[in-house]
Amino acid sequence: MKRVFKRIYLALILIFLYVPILVLIVQSFNAGKSRAKWEGFSFHWYQELVSNASIMNALWVTVSVAIIATIVATILGTLAAIGIYSMKKRPQAVMMTITNLPNTMPDIVTGVSLMLLYIFAKVERGYFTMVLAHITFDVPYVVLSVLPKLKQMNTHIYEAALDLGATPAYALTHVIIPECKQGIVTGALLAFTLSLDDFTISYFTTSPLVQNLSTLIYSATKLGISPVYYALSSLMFVVLLVLLLIVNHRTGDNKG
Amino acid sequence: MMEKEHLIDLKHISKEYDGVTVLDDISLYIRKKEFVTLLGPSGCGKTTTLRIIGGFETPTSGEVLFEGKDIVSLPPYKRRVNTVFQKYALFPHLNVYDNIAFGLKLKKMSKAEIQKRVDYMLDLVNLAGYGKRRVDALSGGQQQRVAIARSLVNEPEVLLLDEPLGALDLKLRKDMQLELKSMQQRLGITFLYVTHDQEEALTMSDTIVVMRDGHILQIGDPKHIYDEPANAFVADFIGESNILRGEMIHDELVSFAGREFPCVDFGFGEHVPVDVVIRPEDIMLVGEDVGQLVGTVQSVLFKGVHYEMMIDCGTFTFKVHSTTMEPQGSKVGLNVVPFNIHIMKPMKEAGK
Repeated sequence: MKRVFKRIYLALILIFLYVPILVLIVQSFNAGKSRAKWEGFSFHWYQELVSNASIMNALWVTVSVAIIATIVATILGTLAAIGIYSMKKRPQAVMMTITNLPNTMPDIVTGVSLMLLYIFAKVERGYFTMVLAHITFDVPYVVLSVLPKLKQMNTHIYEAALDLGATPAYALTHVIIPECKQGIVTGALLAFTLSLDDFTISYFTTSPLVQNLSTLIYSATKLGISPVYYALSSLMFVVLLVLLLIVNHRTGDNKG
Repeated sequence: MMEKEHLIDLKHISKEYDGVTVLDDISLYIRKKEFVTLLGPSGCGKTTTLRIIGGFETPTSGEVLFEGKDIVSLPPYKRRVNTVFQKYALFPHLNVYDNIAFGLKLKKMSKAEIQKRVDYMLDLVNLAGYGKRRVDALSGGQQQRVAIARSLVNEPEVLLLDEPLGALDLKLRKDMQLELKSMQQRLGITFLYVTHDQEEALTMSDTIVVMRDGHILQIGDPKHIYDEPANAFVADFIGESNILRGEMIHDELVSFAGREFPCVDFGFGEHVPVDVVIRPEDIMLVGEDVGQLVGTVQSVLFKGVHYEMMIDCGTFTFKVHSTTMEPQGSKVGLNVVPFNIHIMKPMKEAGK
């Protein structure tokens, strides 16, 4: 009896989580515009999507911002993690609090405060400011995935490299970074996914002329949403699902 | 000893961390091809001394001379010493072969030469054929050998070993002790070895340096240190001892445990307090009527080769090792020959 209940409970959870997405995906293949009526299977909305210049442009903004932000954040975050790792206890605790704070802060706070900063510094908001904002919120996630890898490392590994004749730079690139490679890749994937689906912070740090997918969809909803966005959302879901599976697979590996 | 023969000279080394003194004016030298052991309880400064020579710590004051030249400011990668770290510190992302080849690759050696040397080292540490293995797939003893091979392949002038056998079980540790010692003799490399295991130190070393609280208490060969400990701490740390407070009556006569004993020490003065050290194996059990001391057997432990008995003589309970067993509760006589009574200055003065 208990087993049956457990299974029903789990099934309900999964249904509530995934049925809406399933509906979305099904609707994206609906030939007609109506949400109430199935008018046959078609790739119509996907074709529409590809030929929609503003969506394609937003897609380009989203992906390019995510890639640039991920690369910069991964480099900065990894170096920061190594720096924090080699600090003494007290300053380390302070740095970790500073690193964790943005993660716990609501996006709206980060978004609005960045917007105020840009206005204050008289930086015109657009593509560049959005990239900066994404780097800002990505860095802590990279730090948090690299740092545990460093802490797992034998404390004398760096010294062992120096002892065998490696300069500090060689030891960093040939020992320390390979040692925490898994953490770095996980951090980068995490940064990339977060960057891809960020709305709030992007909304406050860009101009209406430079839109990424989430801000574009947000403005589109005001006019009543076209099934083109179902197609777009379905594609995004699949891409993020794949990335997530890779991340999970990697973290699973780390335990083994 | 001629200065020339010294490979490493530590001169008046002191080290402080945040105002805490870890090493206090240490001086010692290491000769070529010598096996020197730094021995002491944890926190005595032995590892810090090793790390200063390796280049991982900078002394607060003092000089480190390598073949007569000061190397204090030389970074570790320019020193001709290699370290075998506690818990090995192998590179987990490299296989056994690449771990050992790490130092050689940095020297820009040809592939063929590297291959030759790594294979030779694998042979030397009995790991031929293990080159392709992952290091974390090896047992503790095998990882230990890889760590030693990784250091030795660079042909260092001095090999520094920081409690290298600490993580191994007893049997393996004994085997590795002999292997290390014979390796050191065959290759003619100077070893500086850090351990808290007095037996290990006695087995392997040419010279033992006994340390405590950042001071060197005694330097000497194993036999000298065992037979003539400089003070009660050394006596207690090296082997087991009965340590009593006593009084030197005059030369060659000492009083402890309520009576006077002839001894062979002199030069302490008359009626001065001293520490008396007697090894448990140096106490002879005799008949109650002929003993210098008489006591009651409190406990008996079988230790394999001998029995360990605690014998209460009223003022002091002696630890006695003997191959014959006296039953618990029986009265026995204890005798010590003058030669086996070691007289030392009391600890506080001896600390300097």
